Amino acid sequence: MKEVDARGLSCPEPLMLTLDALKNNQEVKVLVSEPHQKTNVEKLAKDKGKKCTSRDMGDYFEITLG
Amino acid sequence: MVLDTKAKRLVAGALCGVAAMVLALLGNPANMAFCIACFIRDTAGAMGFHQAAAVQYVRPEIIGLILGAFLIALATGEYRSSGGSSPMIRFALGVIMMIGALIFLGCPLRMVIRMSAGDLNAYIALIGFAAGVCTGVFALRRGFSLGRSHPANRASGVVLPVIVLGIMILSVTTSLFISSESGPGSKHAPVAVALIAGLVVGILAQKSRMCFAGGLRDIFLMKNFDLISVIAGLFVVLLVFNIATGRFTAGFNTPGVIAHSEHLWNILGMYTVGFAAVLAGGCPLRQLILAGQGSSDSAVTVLGMFVGSAICHNFGLASSGTAVNAETGELVKGAVTSNGRIACLICIAACFIIAFTNRRSLEK
Repeated sequence: MKEVDARGLSCPEPLMLTLDALKNNQEVKVLVSEPHQKTNVEKLAKDKGKKCTSRDMGDYFEITLG
Repeated sequence: MVLDTKAKRLVAGALCGVAAMVLALLGNPANMAFCIACFIRDTAGAMGFHQAAAVQYVRPEIIGLILGAFLIALATGEYRSSGGSSPMIRFALGVIMMIGALIFLGCPLRMVIRMSAGDLNAYIALIGFAAGVCTGVFALRRGFSLGRSHPANRASGVVLPVIVLGIMILSVTTSLFISSESGPGSKHAPVAVALIAGLVVGILAQKSRMCFAGGLRDIFLMKNFDLISVIAGLFVVLLVFNIATGRFTAGFNTPGVIAHSEHLWNILGMYTVGFAAVLAGGCPLRQLILAGQGSSDSAVTVLGMFVGSAICHNFGLASSGTAVNAETGELVKGAVTSNGRIACLICIAACFIIAFTNRRSLEK
């Protein structure tokens, strides 16, 4: 599984990196810091017809798209 | 609840439009409502950071926006104290956004408010703003990044909200701050209404992620229309209000609007704002909101805007608006200053340097 570490990056970098990763990978794990970035990635997953699960890791969120 | 559908965002934008409407009706300057650039500038003036007598007043709207975002972020668990993503570059981008805004005479929010009142200059400026956002998107596609922010001590994100709360308390309990006796700074809604409007818009903007630069950016970058729907809601409400109350006047040199018709500089001023806002990750309004929810990086950008506004008025960079001479009744056209033109070009050059020297691949 491809991992995208977008923690601490400003918008829209987390989404751009996730989109890039989705081009060549079926499953992508994305790490983001901010709640609104988590929502954005989840929405992107929905738009792309991907299932996604999110976990609050304390300092950051882990979203798995696949 | 996150305002995460287009319909909800449209409603959030419409409610912000209603807040702008109420402020205009209760005394805020024409088509300014709660312009972020103008009101940070007024606050800087009130505190004596610049001496432009017509634009000095502590604007409770700005304070309310920061505190509203802070409180709702705390209440919903979205408060995150962070910092360390190229703070001085962000400071510079704050200064740059303010210079561009005061050459055009308004932040992107005021551009939309002016558009809703028929000011054709604002439509011309929109071309520049969109081009600036496009240039920023081009940089993003080439890997532009200001690097990662990191979790900071929880108290770090509280500093700006506490400072603005202190300013608010001092402004109503002491006579420390300057208040304009004439000009735009003398026009204001009652303090309580302004503060409440700021708080409400702060909460709505935090929940809806309202961002004027982000709205266009997401269209250009990802064909995503989520963020623009907030702006659309705000625009439509104000357009209807302006038409219904006879405040809609289509034209270029409309006195009282506080605008000028130097097309090139309206375009270049907003080009600067659009470009810098994409590089900074959000427009002036969004920076206030992010600062409220704990981002020290955005707080530094806000400080940059604050200092930038003082620079604009101390060094004669800010433009003047078209007005009617009270004695002669003559129409005096607003104008951009020579210093302002030079500063604008320097700011654009600085944006290009920032855009193409900060790459993700170069980050260690």
